[in-house]
Amino acid sequence: MDTAVTPHANYLTDGYTLKSWLLTRDHKRIGLLYLISVTAFFVLGAVFAAIIRAELLTPAGDLVASDTYNRLFTMHGVVMVFFFLIPAIPSVLGNFLVPIMIGAKDLAFPRLNLLSWYLYTFGGFFTLWALVAGGVDTGWTFYTPYSSAFSNSNVALVVVGIFINGFSSILTGLNFVVTIHKMRAPGMTWFRMPLFIWAHYATALIMVLGTPVIAITLVMVAAERLLGLGIFDPKLGGDPVLFQHLFWFYSHPAVYIMILPAMGIMSELVAAFSRKAIFGYSFVAFSSLAIAVFGFLVWGHHMFVSSESVYSAMAFSLLSFLVAIPSAVKVFNWSATMYKGSISFEAPMMYVFGFVGLFLIGGLTGLFLAAIAVDVHVTDTYFVVAHFHYIMVGGTIMMFMGGLHFWWPKITGKLYNEFWAKVAAATIFFGFNLTFFPQFIVGYLGMPRRYHAYPPEFQLWNILSTAGATVLAVGYAMPALYFAHSLLRGQPAPSNPWGAKGLEWETTSPPPTHNFDTPPVVTEPPYNYAK
Amino acid sequence: MSGTHADEPSVLQHHFDNLGQQFEASTLGMWLFLVTEILFFGGLFTAYMVYRMAYPEAFAEASHHLNIVLGGANTAVLIGSSLTMAMAVYAAQRGQRERQVVFLVLTMVLGMVFLGVKSVEYSHKFAEGLIPGPNFRFEGDAIHSQLFFSLYFVMTGLHALHMIIGIGIMAVLTMMAWKGRYTARYHTPVEVSGLYWHFVDIVWIFLFPLLYLIDRHGAVR
Amino acid sequence: MVNHVTHAESAAGGADPAVHLVPLRVYLAVFTALMVLTALTVWAATVDLGPFNTVVALGIACTKAVLVVLFFMHVRYSTTLTWAVVAGGFFWLLLLLLMTLSDYVTRGPGWLHFG
Repeated sequence: MDTAVTPHANYLTDGYTLKSWLLTRDHKRIGLLYLISVTAFFVLGAVFAAIIRAELLTPAGDLVASDTYNRLFTMHGVVMVFFFLIPAIPSVLGNFLVPIMIGAKDLAFPRLNLLSWYLYTFGGFFTLWALVAGGVDTGWTFYTPYSSAFSNSNVALVVVGIFINGFSSILTGLNFVVTIHKMRAPGMTWFRMPLFIWAHYATALIMVLGTPVIAITLVMVAAERLLGLGIFDPKLGGDPVLFQHLFWFYSHPAVYIMILPAMGIMSELVAAFSRKAIFGYSFVAFSSLAIAVFGFLVWGHHMFVSSESVYSAMAFSLLSFLVAIPSAVKVFNWSATMYKGSISFEAPMMYVFGFVGLFLIGGLTGLFLAAIAVDVHVTDTYFVVAHFHYIMVGGTIMMFMGGLHFWWPKITGKLYNEFWAKVAAATIFFGFNLTFFPQFIVGYLGMPRRYHAYPPEFQLWNILSTAGATVLAVGYAMPALYFAHSLLRGQPAPSNPWGAKGLEWETTSPPPTHNFDTPPVVTEPPYNYAK
Repeated sequence: MSGTHADEPSVLQHHFDNLGQQFEASTLGMWLFLVTEILFFGGLFTAYMVYRMAYPEAFAEASHHLNIVLGGANTAVLIGSSLTMAMAVYAAQRGQRERQVVFLVLTMVLGMVFLGVKSVEYSHKFAEGLIPGPNFRFEGDAIHSQLFFSLYFVMTGLHALHMIIGIGIMAVLTMMAWKGRYTARYHTPVEVSGLYWHFVDIVWIFLFPLLYLIDRHGAVR
Repeated sequence: MVNHVTHAESAAGGADPAVHLVPLRVYLAVFTALMVLTALTVWAATVDLGPFNTVVALGIACTKAVLVVLFFMHVRYSTTLTWAVVAGGFFWLLLLLLMTLSDYVTRGPGWLHFG
């Protein structure tokens, strides 16, 4: 479609000093800073997962002591949830693309954006400090009174780290909301925006509304540990379940922070690789908002066995069924988009297919868990672990990879090796299913989560799972290699290597610092692929 | 209206098209931040609500140890500071440099009065042995009243921290206003900081009756 | 004049922000109302209204908050978007409070004596 361009002035050539990166206000550079940080934390979280899976090869708890194991799964959860899954897509791809997709020169508050990255890094530093000091053993959910009164581990350090990181999230969300409201290019009406933007807008709303609640909850835990101000202390008449209410009020919507941006990427990829406008655009747009709103109404489904009232549980159960509906609407619409589309199977599209199947399984098993009677049986077993890994890894990380591949030429100005990308995508898909499908089975059979020893009859499933994890690790390592090769020796990318629709494809690869040489004026509907 | 064109381009940030867009973005941004503050304090109000409903007598008894005169005076002080803040914004909107500075300084002074009274109250609590922990002493329900005081200190402490930050912001604004940086055309930082200040006042508007005014119709302390 | 709106062209091009000058008498009226309501809430606490003491106290506090939001914070003169943001924030707080409460309130007799 376009001829390859010779290197020209762009945001990557606009200053080569460390200072020009560390003090940048360019949302694209900040997105790359985040890419480096989230990748580093992902690797750290993966190392913990590797040790966990190694331990679980044998029924006996023979690799690490149980106390160490507690610290491993806690740190795996804390690192992956707060320092990878929540920030990854919004802070890397969202930061890079939101202004460009709406035709703006930058986000509304570029300095706040840089501050977000520093807060993320600073919060990460506290968490690493806690790790080096011996870690935390409470589970990433920090249930009281163990976390507030009894644990001997570095709870205060970690909660401070998460607290600071929370502000990073809040500022990013704030930035996105204001940018999308106030900085759209002329002609870019709400219903001409890419669905990626709708998804990030909904995500940003959750970040703004939910994150402060976990922040204050962690402050209360820290106050109890450090100052003796017992608010959850049962000896003073405090209620541990109150902690759970406050914790899950954020942490459930947090999973929608993780999946909504991935759904945004799905819409972009499905349209591009079916060469067809998204079926039911406004349904998909409104479903993003519906997920954000409904996502706040279901948190009690994490507390069915925690002694919350059975009437409250029924209400939360019903609402949890309802929240599945907008997600299903999206899946139907993506499928309808692909129907009679002109489908091609480049690596991003392989991740799309992966997502559809894996998100489906993850979502449906979520419905099993929403049924109170089933949940009583499988809660705190590997069934739950499998459920959320299907969504978070099979869903979010699949799309993070898909999006990274799709926009790699735009971000770096280079093409990646398509053959190895396909091999990696297939490896990841296979490795993922081998890792996590056995966990549904072994969880249903009764293997509890967060235990490093288990009855011998569960060993076969655990061996399969660990084998899968090994394959998965290889699959994730491959992009590191071919992306590095792409940076060093990749072919220069044209402005629109995919022939896709969207403002980001109408500027150069990589874009200039101000995103567009001439500010765009929008006249077309979104996904305006020729019939 | 006066205003040198020489420094006009510098107040418009490069990624905005015009000052109107920039002002609207800044205002919306501050309001979104205040929404996060509503939810931030909201977690504490949730804890308060649950425990007050669980232990109404203990909370009432504990509340009687708070000084209504000091609390009420502080409420008046904060409301006054909201008035002076609104006047500071008004002066900025009219480009009145000296009046801006006067009202910003008055706002700071009232804020510091509030904090002074608060520290007096805290010292009283310390003297009476009402800090939760091993040295807590209370005639009556000593267990559940500690919950009240834990919440009292965390809620008013967090509020005081926000006041301190607010006074810091006012100090910076005062310096910039003194240098004539805020004109009728551009005074966004004053407006936006005003929003923050009023919000901190609103938090106190709720804290005062909830903490100080439980069941004051019995034996008055 | 109640609202004084100015739009001037700036050297940078484009419209200046609209300036809404709230008349000083409105600010003074709101200030007086807030002080009166404060005195009222203190007095109401000394009167035995049974369970209505809390209702009255919260009602007065909400009224005061609304006055500050509408007039001192200019929401009365702001865009619909601002209204929506403010309303949304308080509504979300209500969600947190009420849905948490719905657990405690439906637990049955002896529900909150957990100490």
